Amino acid sequence: MSVPALQLDGLRKSFGKTEIIRGVDLSIGKGERHAIIGPNGAGKSTLFNLITGRFPKSSGSIRLHGHDLEGMAPFEINRRGLSRSFQITNIFPRMTVFENVRCSLLWSQGYKYSFWNMVSRQRALTEGAEAILEQINLTARRDLPAGVLSYAEQRALEIGITIAGGADVIMLDEPTAGMSHSETDYIVDLIRKVTENKTLIMVEHDMGVVFGLADRISVLVYGEIIATDTPELVRGNARVQEAYLGAALEAEH
Amino acid sequence: MDLILVNLIDGLVTGLLLFMLSAGLTLIFSMMGVLNFAHASFYMLGAYFAYQISIYLGFWMGLLIAPLVVGVLGAGVERYGLRRVHQYGHVPELIFTFGLALLIEELVQFIWGKNAMPYEAPESLQFTAFSIAGNSIPAFKVFMIFTSVLIFIGLLYVLTRTRVGMIIQAALSYPRTVEALGHNVPLIFMGVFGVGTALAGVAGVIAGPVLSTFPGMAFVLGSIVFVTIVIGGLGSLWGALVASLLIGWITTFAKAYNLRMEDLLTTLGFTKPEPIWDSAWRDLWTLTSPQIADILPYILMVLILIFRPYGLFGKRDA
Amino acid sequence: MTEDFATDPTKPAQRLRAGSLTIPLIPWLIAGALVIVMPLFFQANSAITIMNQMAITIIFALAYNMLLGQGGMLSFGHAVYMGVGGFATVHIMNMSDFFAMLPLPVMPIFGGLVGMVLAMIVGSFSTRSAGTVFAMISLGVGELIAACSVIIVVFFGGEEGISGDRTYGLPFFGIEFLQQIEVYYLIAFWLMVSAALMYLFSRTPVGRMANAVRDNPERAEFLGYSARWVRFYSFVASGFFAGIAGALFAINYEILTEENLNLTTSGLILLVTFLGGAGFFFGPVLGAIVFTLVQTVLSLETELWGFYAGILFVATVMYFPGGLAGLIMMHVPALRLGKAGRLIVPYLKTLIPGLFTVLGASALIEMIFHYRHAAVGDDEMTLFWTSFDSHSALPWIVAIAVTVVGFWLTKKTAPDMAAAWHDANSPDGGAA
Repeated sequence: MSVPALQLDGLRKSFGKTEIIRGVDLSIGKGERHAIIGPNGAGKSTLFNLITGRFPKSSGSIRLHGHDLEGMAPFEINRRGLSRSFQITNIFPRMTVFENVRCSLLWSQGYKYSFWNMVSRQRALTEGAEAILEQINLTARRDLPAGVLSYAEQRALEIGITIAGGADVIMLDEPTAGMSHSETDYIVDLIRKVTENKTLIMVEHDMGVVFGLADRISVLVYGEIIATDTPELVRGNARVQEAYLGAALEAEH
Repeated sequence: MDLILVNLIDGLVTGLLLFMLSAGLTLIFSMMGVLNFAHASFYMLGAYFAYQISIYLGFWMGLLIAPLVVGVLGAGVERYGLRRVHQYGHVPELIFTFGLALLIEELVQFIWGKNAMPYEAPESLQFTAFSIAGNSIPAFKVFMIFTSVLIFIGLLYVLTRTRVGMIIQAALSYPRTVEALGHNVPLIFMGVFGVGTALAGVAGVIAGPVLSTFPGMAFVLGSIVFVTIVIGGLGSLWGALVASLLIGWITTFAKAYNLRMEDLLTTLGFTKPEPIWDSAWRDLWTLTSPQIADILPYILMVLILIFRPYGLFGKRDA
Repeated sequence: MTEDFATDPTKPAQRLRAGSLTIPLIPWLIAGALVIVMPLFFQANSAITIMNQMAITIIFALAYNMLLGQGGMLSFGHAVYMGVGGFATVHIMNMSDFFAMLPLPVMPIFGGLVGMVLAMIVGSFSTRSAGTVFAMISLGVGELIAACSVIIVVFFGGEEGISGDRTYGLPFFGIEFLQQIEVYYLIAFWLMVSAALMYLFSRTPVGRMANAVRDNPERAEFLGYSARWVRFYSFVASGFFAGIAGALFAINYEILTEENLNLTTSGLILLVTFLGGAGFFFGPVLGAIVFTLVQTVLSLETELWGFYAGILFVATVMYFPGGLAGLIMMHVPALRLGKAGRLIVPYLKTLIPGLFTVLGASALIEMIFHYRHAAVGDDEMTLFWTSFDSHSALPWIVAIAVTVVGFWLTKKTAPDMAAAWHDANSPDGGAA
């Protein structure tokens, strides 16, 4: 089997005396769409923050395409091909929609800290940004400051920024949180479209979204993964039902 | 040995004075996230108000009334100025307080003119408290030490033992939650701002007679106070205390002992270039510790920032 | 020669379509032309002195705004980069053999490089964080260097500062820069070059990321950029242009003192930039021009100039955080709708009484000041070209009346102005 896109071994994290992540082992293959579910406070967002370098881990290892991410800052991890979105919308509010996307393309197109190129003269940059805008359906909004967009549009922009850099591992933290049904459908289609041939790892509460998108599901409860399997098998897993899913599924219907 | 004791006392006076300012500044900062650049200006206002009051009612009434007036002014600034600017973000807030500092200095010059005011310690305190090896310690200094220590014990008591103090401490970290519990957080903010500035006012009242009451007194002390809380770690009350005393003692000792760079360099085996006045290194050779006493806090700050970016007691994500 | 550089930003403009930021060529051409012809209209030496000072302030303010406006970094000690650049320039001018081989117009490069090196040193630890911590470090470092001016006498010259003579340089096409006007064109050349370069910098990847980091440093980190390095590059670039401004100051005044380094100068440039408007590239330019003019005029007329400046500054932060540029740009929507004309009459109706209120109030302030601080027996004062006795009742009554009536009229007409504003900004179909 080829090297997994993301591999976690014995990952632990404590805040003070409280251990939030209590030994997570997880292996996510290339091209897989993986969802992490679990009750509130299970540590899903913390797990995301550990993987992306936002918080330092207490012990264990994180490997991206076989490379250990030990001690790397978020920007270094991003350069290795991992990109993430946030649970709370995290965009550049005072810049235009177009510029939000263009900024997220800069590093991947190799501009680094260049102060000798004019961004507006770079064809590939402009076209790349416009293609992304097209994909996320925001072409009509391109010159508005991102801060004035509607919530759903900001979430779409957030996803656009996340995928723009061409990272092959995409992590989405509750992409449909706080959305209406139609908005959710729109975002799910969008996610399916933009993560084609990429590895997707998402945290999500909406079971419809999870079962519609994911190839495999991990269930995180109190900082431990109690099951990792295909949606059907997870649904039937007794421990999962006991811990979490049953209640959530009942609430769905 | 005796001289050391005298300097320890002098340094303590300076340090406590600094702490009276940095404590209020820290309280305001950790609560509202805004560094009040005009904090030292309230200290200056304290001195001027106390001087004005002391003409008519004497020093003791000044000590009582001036800080109250300053506190009310401070609360007003929070209510009608800062709260308005708050919506624009932290940088405009900081710019606002900076502008306020300029304005207060101009205002003081407008009302009292550019010269120092003849604000003096009350006659009842103009005697020598005790002497150490021929160095007399004036009673006013002892009074300053007692006043500041008393105020801190009071502050500590209020913060840790009373209901109001509990609410304030809670509002420091979780303003939203405290608001949800039905407490009026804006009012608490205004109160803390008022108390913080009143503390600065007290510092002004008791420092004015010693350090002279003139329009530049805010900026002279102001930048040192900011340096203090950066060294101590933004938002840490203990850090502010340690840093204040540290700075008080370092500057006092540097001024009292004439350490010469020449001696140090000679000890290290360098030879003094002759004639010294033509050498490019003359400033280094003729350097003495009293000369650099006033910039030591800044040097300390730069060193701290390089080796311990979050200050002595600062939390990592301040 | 100025023209060449004014047209430099054109090249990208021609093929520019996509960028949401088209590079506006016309303002640059107008600015370049103005800079060239200004001395023809204002030939007096005093006018040229003011224009020189203005140009230097513009460069400094633009450099400062690379931090404040573009990068979201508030510095309370930016004067030191300009000052040290200037001091270094004077030292080069005093190295007679070396200076004799250099034409004066290249000197700003040295000033810029020195400013840049200093910015690299300080920036290496100060750009770790933005916000309050950065502001405090900038203040501390600024104070430290300013205080060093009396200690490191070799470089800073102690209390009297250091001076040089610009005319000892290699003549530049026969020009020795003995005349003010020659210096003017030297400064003007560097003004256009620096402004164009700073503008272009803001359009580069690192310049764009400076905005991104200003808005949301954490997000920028998850896009592959280290917020710290982005800040560092902005800081170094800003130090370079501040150094150029310092060198021009050295060339223009031929003397630098502690005053070029201290908090007052640093605060002043913050004031200029903020009054002009930190949110737009041309804001600081506007700020520098207006501020220099107002300062020149007012400081001749009144001792209380600083007091008014303080009030103006605080009022700007509170009510117009966008500054002058923000005020102007507020009118763009109305202009687009073609309804800006409807604002003129309501504006006049409110702002003229407003002006009288301000004049009346300032008269009162001046009179109080005179009453309190003038020598005993010196009762006569002159205000608005009128002399009167500050101890008699009549002038007080007049001033109070003007203020009160002006204020009343302003207040009364303000709602109309607000309504007109609303009308001018709503698309047609509603009120007509």
